[in-house]
Amino acid sequence: MDDLLREYLPIMIFIGLVVVLGVVFIAASFFAVEQHPDAEKLSTYECGFEPFEDTRSRFDVRFYLVALLFIIFDLEVAFLFPWAVTLGDTGVFGFWSMFIFLGVLTVGFVYEWKKGALEWE
Amino acid sequence: MILSAIAFYVFAAIIIASAVLVVSARNPVHSVFFLILAFFNAAGIFVLAGAEFLAMILVIVYVGAVAVLFMFVVMMLDINFVRLREGFLQYLPVGALVGIILLIELVFIVTTQVNVPEVLAISGAPTPNISEVTNTHALGRLIYTRYIYLFQAGGLILLVAMIGAIVLTLRERPGVRKQRISDQVGRSRSDSIEIKKVSPGNGI
Amino acid sequence: MANFWIDWLAPFLIIVAQILAVALPVAVSVAFVVYFERKVFAAMTLRRGPNVVGPWGVLQSFADFIKIFFKETIIPTGANKVVFLAAPVVTFILAFIAWAVVPFAPGWVIADINVGILYLFAVSSLGVYGIVMAGWASNSRYPFLGALRSAAQMVSYEVSMGFVIVTVLLVVGSLNLSDIVKAQETFWFALPLFPMFIIFFISALAETNRHPFDLPEAESELVAGYQVEYSAIAFVLFFLAEYANMILMSAMTAILFLGGWLPPFDIAPFTWVPGPIWFILKIVFLLFVFVWVRATFPRYRYDQLMRLGWKVFLPFSLLWVVLTAGVLVFFDLLPQG
Repeated sequence: MDDLLREYLPIMIFIGLVVVLGVVFIAASFFAVEQHPDAEKLSTYECGFEPFEDTRSRFDVRFYLVALLFIIFDLEVAFLFPWAVTLGDTGVFGFWSMFIFLGVLTVGFVYEWKKGALEWE
Repeated sequence: MILSAIAFYVFAAIIIASAVLVVSARNPVHSVFFLILAFFNAAGIFVLAGAEFLAMILVIVYVGAVAVLFMFVVMMLDINFVRLREGFLQYLPVGALVGIILLIELVFIVTTQVNVPEVLAISGAPTPNISEVTNTHALGRLIYTRYIYLFQAGGLILLVAMIGAIVLTLRERPGVRKQRISDQVGRSRSDSIEIKKVSPGNGI
Repeated sequence: MANFWIDWLAPFLIIVAQILAVALPVAVSVAFVVYFERKVFAAMTLRRGPNVVGPWGVLQSFADFIKIFFKETIIPTGANKVVFLAAPVVTFILAFIAWAVVPFAPGWVIADINVGILYLFAVSSLGVYGIVMAGWASNSRYPFLGALRSAAQMVSYEVSMGFVIVTVLLVVGSLNLSDIVKAQETFWFALPLFPMFIIFFISALAETNRHPFDLPEAESELVAGYQVEYSAIAFVLFFLAEYANMILMSAMTAILFLGGWLPPFDIAPFTWVPGPIWFILKIVFLLFVFVWVRATFPRYRYDQLMRLGWKVFLPFSLLWVVLTAGVLVFFDLLPQG
């Protein structure tokens, strides 16, 4: 138990160290460099035009669909990880168990393929 | 040991603080960031409990996938934040009702807890020692054999989710032209050009 | 009081020293990777590349760094300031913390956790955040489109990457990175799992937004994608993180498929070279392939990119998972856990 935590302690310290480093970098540049902001310099880059409208407009629903499908496949992968490392113990039964699971999801995959959810144009 | 106690309280305090901030933050984008912070600290608590596999899966699935979707939704939908706030009080009675029902249920569960002998036997069953069997192995040995029906049910739920996502979000847009690679490759010279004899001075 | 020093401070300082011993070389090597890329790319397109600063131009990247560092940080008026500055920091953090679990030789690893490969997978799946945050906080057209594209792209290729990792795990039977390397003592996994090796490498190209999948920063249409509004140190952090990620992906490929620190053959002339050197040589080779690909292939179109990810890599790697498992189960070759 303690051994386990001892392995994670360096990771926590690592994360803390890098966070501090990143913030220090940003702060250092503000202190080290003179800032001369003006309105034109700070305006949004748009090839010399003024932007016509707010940027955060609605966008293609396909991006949501990709994110949703990604969640589902990510969960599928999450189920595969423990299966992959213990297949030696669960053997043939474990294999067929996962085979059915993947078969069910392949049905879904075929469905989305046929529906054209994976098409981009 | 004292270090892990300190770590636990730090993680727990951050979770609670960021959970409060998720609800109270003005900007929904900030809410999502606090939610992510809460997920990370929950992963930390999983590690403290020795469940390292669950900690990593929590980060991969919730932070790496689910919260990305939340970010997409709150960042990219052009939500008018001020107008969103206006309707807040209007929903307060409904929200309060749901909250009270949940609270009553929790109170019932806690006060009327009965120790069924069968359940006690299962929950008291020895969990494998972490130093002998890793968390992942222990899980893998159970999910695909003993809990196979639940596992397959999980697969079916994912299937429903997949179909639901497509039914809800897929829109056929008329008039778009897609690349058909088979058509491009299958084009032959006779389909695309026609050779005509042109006698000089007459045109076609 | 003496106990406090021995029990707490000394181990703490050792850990910090270990972390610096990994993080600083990675940060410095980024400078040389940039130089390496420019030189190799120049040679492939019959140019000279950087040759002014220092002998053969070796110090070019350092000069660039100093120049950019002393530029003014511009925060656009419409931007969300906190998120705008947090985005490069997040990218920078994610590029470095993954190195905590990378084994350089037997026992040469900062944190030898049981679920090392999952940790790497988790960290690389978080890479989307820096980019989406940058794109959104800039409140500008090009970064916004670049971030959207990039997020969808990284997410798509991550799925097939997950399946590829699963095939390796099937053969190893452990999630620990050192165990994965040790399992390759007889042969490297690049041989039996060759198609997976290729898919993993191509997915790594897509994950790091490198050519030919650099759609997020396609300069001919999106100027520089999510980085458009960034200048000075914030840009440096993005740049640093991008190359650190390239090195990390190469290291991951080397660990999963090219036997990490192991020599190619376990006989005399090869075993004289110490393990970490082999590991670094493999990383350099893979980085060379990164540059080579950049010099060779034209950029993908977005629909082609998504088609490749979802319709080619995903079904193929899933099929390969089932095939590998089937072969291992029915010929009884599985590792006993």
